[in-house]
Amino acid sequence: MFGDYSIGDLGSIFVMQGFAGLILFSVYVLMALGLAIIFGQMGVINMAHGEFMILGAYVTWMTSNLFQSYLPGLFAGYFFLAMILAFVASGALGMLVEWVLIRHLYKRPLDTLLATWGLSLMLQQAYRSVFGAREVGVELPQWMLGSLHVTESIEVPINGVFVMCLTVLITIGVAYVMYLSRWGRQVRAVVQNRIMAGAVGINTEKVDRYTFGLGCGIAGVAGSAFTMIGSTGPTSGQLYIVDTFLVVVFGGAASLLGTIASAFSISQTQSTLEFFMSGSMAKVLTLLAVVGILMLRPQGLFALKVRK
Amino acid sequence: MTDNRFFNRSEFIGILVLAVFLVVILPLTLDVFRLNLVAKYLTYAFVALGLVICWGYGGILSLGQGVFFGLGGYCMAMFLKLEASSVENTKIQSTPGIPDFMDWNQITALPLFWKPFNSLTFTIAAIILVPGIFALIIGTAMFKRRVGGTYFAIITQAVAAILTILIVGQQGYTGGINGMTDLRTLKGWDIRPDHAKVVLYFFEVGCLFACIMIAQFVRHSKLGRILVAMREKEDRVRFSGYSVANFKIFAFCIAAVFAAIGGAMFALNVGFMSPSFVGIVPSIEMVIYTAVGGRLSILGAIYGTLLVNFAKTSLSESFPELWLFGLGGLFIAVVLAFPNGLAGIWGDYVQPRIERLISSRKSKPAGWTDSSVADGAPAE
Repeated sequence: MFGDYSIGDLGSIFVMQGFAGLILFSVYVLMALGLAIIFGQMGVINMAHGEFMILGAYVTWMTSNLFQSYLPGLFAGYFFLAMILAFVASGALGMLVEWVLIRHLYKRPLDTLLATWGLSLMLQQAYRSVFGAREVGVELPQWMLGSLHVTESIEVPINGVFVMCLTVLITIGVAYVMYLSRWGRQVRAVVQNRIMAGAVGINTEKVDRYTFGLGCGIAGVAGSAFTMIGSTGPTSGQLYIVDTFLVVVFGGAASLLGTIASAFSISQTQSTLEFFMSGSMAKVLTLLAVVGILMLRPQGLFALKVRK
Repeated sequence: MTDNRFFNRSEFIGILVLAVFLVVILPLTLDVFRLNLVAKYLTYAFVALGLVICWGYGGILSLGQGVFFGLGGYCMAMFLKLEASSVENTKIQSTPGIPDFMDWNQITALPLFWKPFNSLTFTIAAIILVPGIFALIIGTAMFKRRVGGTYFAIITQAVAAILTILIVGQQGYTGGINGMTDLRTLKGWDIRPDHAKVVLYFFEVGCLFACIMIAQFVRHSKLGRILVAMREKEDRVRFSGYSVANFKIFAFCIAAVFAAIGGAMFALNVGFMSPSFVGIVPSIEMVIYTAVGGRLSILGAIYGTLLVNFAKTSLSESFPELWLFGLGGLFIAVVLAFPNGLAGIWGDYVQPRIERLISSRKSKPAGWTDSSVADGAPAE
């Protein structure tokens, strides 16, 4: 397996595959962060999470088209506006969904799974009707094209670096909101003891709605970042949903740190294996390892609280 | 309930009605093409039946029933494929006597795990045992560690994803994304002509009723009542000295075996098997059938399967755009408004009126109906 490569080559391979893994890691983290909030904090299984992400991707695509036609001078910076719009659009849809659907189902977590699956089917069809069945790709601004040459044999694409920086910033932002802000404390209080939280004057219904909206909004931002490295189709979200759930469960559902650690280990394993065998076998082995570890350690890597 | 019979009076009537519907009315009114479609739908009814026991009674939602459906289906398809790839049939291949997709993928000898599938006895045993043992392993690993609920659902879903990727990726051994096509004969008997399809339909209905009887037995036995008790208050059952994990494993295994029988019937009736019946999407659709029919009702699950599939076929033929909206909406509606599905509507609204009409002088209730279980009322 290693015989044909020199030590230096192998080093470069590992670095570059590692970098490809880091991009996958960014996508996983961005998707899993939203899910970790919704599933880990609220216990809602949101199967439509991928569709919220795709909504963000489509918003980004529309923004880029708008800028191209009407504001070509500002095209270099469209992405930042697109990201905010994606967050608002997905977050607003998330809050609407929470109000119409999810709030009736908090006591039946398995039923949220079924209902959000129905929602995801409807959203997929809506995207197909509105945007067409073909995948769309956004035009990247000039400064995001090309790659950085780190050494002679190692080069990394700029859009990948950008997505990674974005991931780090968003993660820090989410950690700040959840652990340091007043609102984050309210969320955690509601999660730990809903009745007591209500008794001390927290409007639990409002907290639920904004928490769900925040999770969906982050998914929208993930979709926005996703357009930098891949194209978007009506069913793209579904491809990632199981992986993302595994990331969250593997990390320990209620722990943001665990989510990041598990996203990192899963994506690195997968992309390193991908170089040595077919993509499908790499994925099978990675998923098998995750499921196997989960059978031995069901609480995940970082367990913060006792499951019921 | 003190009687340990298989069914009470109203259930007996229900099973009789279903039998008349499937054995007499449908074959008389439908042409062979449509009847074969019904046969295809009924293969999913096996899965739905298993889910009633596992999910409705045991409270274990498995999103990986497609795995067991697929395992059963692939076992059957492997046998049929081997028979179809006899040396005479495959003369033009570079290696005669092996399935065509192996030849296309430059495999020159039959892989070891294919060899036993030359025997029908082994195949039938494998259809039951392979998924059963697989479910036993997953169930033991999960339930002994008290993993349940949403975690179990997600892990079974991951298993479905793994198996699909594996089947698609290992094209030379499994036929890849196209699956196993061109299945021809069963022990020399051609399964493709119209009269064979009719025979297979009746055979399938027979198997379905056998499974219904098993499900009825499980439900009315002490086991079924422990399952319900466990779903309602798992800790109390555990404190009463029952091994909760073992009952869950049993329910999961029986659901897996039912699904596998359905899969084997699918390979026989439809004449092919492909990974598109294994993955996450079909697995969740199978849960939809159960949910629509009523997760607590054995017969409801079968009607639900038939209804959703009829709707799917006719709607997706004429309004392909609307179908997904319809399916998604149906799902949300069932979960939000009718958690007990069709059977719940029947038991709550229709059945009481009919009974009032028929026997207005009898004052005793019809016994242990589904709705009383759903309301959390004690079974006794």
